[in-house]
Amino acid sequence: MNSLLTNSEGAGTYLKSKRIRLFLFFVGLFAAAALSMAATNYHIEDSFTAIPKVIVWMARNLVPDGKSLTRLPKILDKLFETVLMSVAASVSAAALSFPVALAGSATSCKQRWLMYSARGVASFFRNIPIVAWAMIFLLTFGQSPFTGYVALFFASFGFLARAFIEAIDETAAAPVEALRAAGGSYGHIIFQGVLPSVLPQMVSWVLYMIETNIRSAALVGLLTGSGIGFTFSIYYKSLQYQSASLVVITIVAVVLVIEAVSNKLRRLIL
Amino acid sequence: MTALIRNRRTGKIRVRKTQSSNLYMRGVLLVLAAITVYTLVTIDTKGADIAAASAKTAEYFWLMLTQPKAVPSHFGIQDGGGIGTFFSALHMLGITLALAFLTTLFGGIVALFLGVFAAGNLTNKKVSNGIKSFLAVVRAVPTVLWVLIFAIGAGLGSVAAVIGMSFHTISHLVKAYSESFEEIDEGVIEALRASGANWFQIVFQAVIPSSVSYILSWTFIRFEINFAVAVAMGAAAGAGGIGFQLFMAAGYFFDIREIGFITYLILAVSLIMEYLATRLKEKYHIHNGA
Amino acid sequence: MALLEVTSLTKYYGDTAALRDISFEVKKGEFVAVIGPSGSGKTTLIRCINRLIPASDGKIIFDKENILNLRGNALRKARAKIGMIFQHYNLVERLSVIENVLHGRLGYKSSLEGMFGVYSEEEKEKAFNIITLLGLDDYVYRRCDQLSGGQMQRVGIARALVQDPRMILCDEPISSLDPSSSKVIMDYLKKIQKEFGITVVVNLHQVDVAKKYAQRILGFNGGSLVFDDEPGELSKKQIYKIYGTEAGELIID
Ligand SMILES: Nc1ncnc2c1ncn2[C@@H]1O[C@H](COP(=O)(O)OP(=O)(O)OP(=O)(O)O)[C@@H](O)[C@H]1O
Ligand SMILES: [Mg+2]
Repeated sequence: MNSLLTNSEGAGTYLKSKRIRLFLFFVGLFAAAALSMAATNYHIEDSFTAIPKVIVWMARNLVPDGKSLTRLPKILDKLFETVLMSVAASVSAAALSFPVALAGSATSCKQRWLMYSARGVASFFRNIPIVAWAMIFLLTFGQSPFTGYVALFFASFGFLARAFIEAIDETAAAPVEALRAAGGSYGHIIFQGVLPSVLPQMVSWVLYMIETNIRSAALVGLLTGSGIGFTFSIYYKSLQYQSASLVVITIVAVVLVIEAVSNKLRRLIL
Repeated sequence: MTALIRNRRTGKIRVRKTQSSNLYMRGVLLVLAAITVYTLVTIDTKGADIAAASAKTAEYFWLMLTQPKAVPSHFGIQDGGGIGTFFSALHMLGITLALAFLTTLFGGIVALFLGVFAAGNLTNKKVSNGIKSFLAVVRAVPTVLWVLIFAIGAGLGSVAAVIGMSFHTISHLVKAYSESFEEIDEGVIEALRASGANWFQIVFQAVIPSSVSYILSWTFIRFEINFAVAVAMGAAAGAGGIGFQLFMAAGYFFDIREIGFITYLILAVSLIMEYLATRLKEKYHIHNGA
Repeated sequence: MALLEVTSLTKYYGDTAALRDISFEVKKGEFVAVIGPSGSGKTTLIRCINRLIPASDGKIIFDKENILNLRGNALRKARAKIGMIFQHYNLVERLSVIENVLHGRLGYKSSLEGMFGVYSEEEKEKAFNIITLLGLDDYVYRRCDQLSGGQMQRVGIARALVQDPRMILCDEPISSLDPSSSKVIMDYLKKIQKEFGITVVVNLHQVDVAKKYAQRILGFNGGSLVFDDEPGELSKKQIYKIYGTEAGELIID
């Protein structure tokens, strides 16, 4: 600091080069933005007109009317089905993810090749787009809630496996070492060392996955014709926006409730 | 001195004293397991033969992985040209990346602004909590529905897609940015305030510059997520790009091998980005806890 | 009679030599301190002895068996006879004190019993007695994340003791503790050695503590054993040899 102040010439070039870098950064950003807009046919003025238009339109049309309220029981029924589907997909994916995470964590797996294969599997499943799962299962299982469940299951599996690997790496290393030193077998180490250490974090991730899956279920449902996503798309495509908006409102309510319950539970189980 | 607790019936020493956290943990696990079993038993398969369909899925999956192949005409290439098809597919991929980029850029700018007001140490509690609750509601609406809602006003296309995808981006980044602002040493802000700096100077001269590397890492992490979101929006909300091609290959042409080809392209991009994001997380010790 | 006999022990991490041709003996019931600057190989030595890390070359005879040749159940049996105490305690913090102490019995358990934490009444009584011995009887059912550092380290010692060990290895047991807790811990280690005749090998950063408690001191520098003698023989010159001149001067002051 001192040398910078006394050597004003040095400070000058330092600031200058910093400014040049900043300038180049913004030039790059603008160039990339311009290129992206050209590639996607994005007219920036449209976005400025669209936002107020949509807000006005939302205020006028997206308020549920009497007719849509008579559909509420049906909507809630589908929403309930979607919540169950999300829970089932998250929990069953977690059950499969745990052994994979044990193999993929450096803490609980001493075979390098096994560790890297497990991590590879997790990464592979995590990055296959959920759309691909949904579309394949639509082809093989047909249009049904079960198809939605399977698509969510595979999308959750990769995500949870990776989250669990990180959780084990972070929290279980020390106890595992102690149990190994005491002469514990592999089973002892997993059940007495790893599991009690990471269980709260794993449950926390599963709760997070349930929240995420309820939102993903809307997407999967649109594609596979199941659950709340399908309900929304029926009203949306037939231009019954009041009913569609009721669907959105119920989703928001359920997600907020589940989020609040999850946060409460997280505090209780720690 | 506390005595050992013995089982009343057998007189055996108890090792585990029932603690409330253990009880809640058991309760949560039990309830989740029960819901799962109930759902799996009662779920409607619409009469699909699960065994046969599973076998078929495995077969398709194998076909996807081992024999990926694109059909030129699906990519708008008329005469043969494997290379042309490949470049056309790359172009589609580029469109998806561009959607993700624009979303991240616009969302990031808005989030930077809101993030300053959401940081507890830079504004008062009321404003910060107000922004946070508002964003919780915004986040509760699935992205695909945001896009479809904006499509009513702007028509299906890139504008609706980018605006719709921006909502979750903003919500995520405001949380990330404001948390990194909140980590700034209170003393630094105090010192600047004492030396007569006003609020704007503090924010622009101290707060943002000192968390710039976090801001950039989080923004990149969100870009990675937005790529996956843009693929999905291409398929489900007509946003175009590689996601739309995927939707067409599966839902219109029923071409499993083409699904494989497209999946590989998407995987390649997302694996590269995941690798970069992981490196950034390690470098800046970022944990994305649930 | 030597309980532990280390011969030409060598350990490489890739190309870096962490231990170079180390040979020494530890008698039954002896209290040995291992000292040396950071990176000199103290931790590596301790971990090679109970095979938490594999050695590159040499022999480690413990209780007439070459540890380096053991596998599977035989290795578990050998580890059960060697207790270990860690700088950061390495407890399962969400479990109670007694559950953590009972983990010391796992080396003697069948797979299923151990996995589900089924212990005999004698084992539980024994664990309780050791907990009482270490002055933790008020905390038997307390979760370990609600204990102080010194208390957690005592749980660590109890876990090692419940193993019925012939020897206890300690890797910087007092480096995370304040001076008064450090003294409590060192006094317990001394007591264990004196009253139960258990051999104690302890890595230390504090030369004065080593001199006060140990019957013998091993000094390491750059992976080589440069001092192996009684504390009385640890002269200024020897300290310079272990720590280098500059650090050595600070230590002697
Ligand atoms: N897992 C590892 N991989 C590579 N090198 C390692 C590893 N562990 C230790 N080393 C190296 O081996 C040498 C000895 O390390 P060791 O941890 O045994 O030292 P130490 O005496 O315990 O130091 P400290 O007093 O800091 O704990 C050091 O040069 C260290 O960098
Ligand atoms: Mg060490």
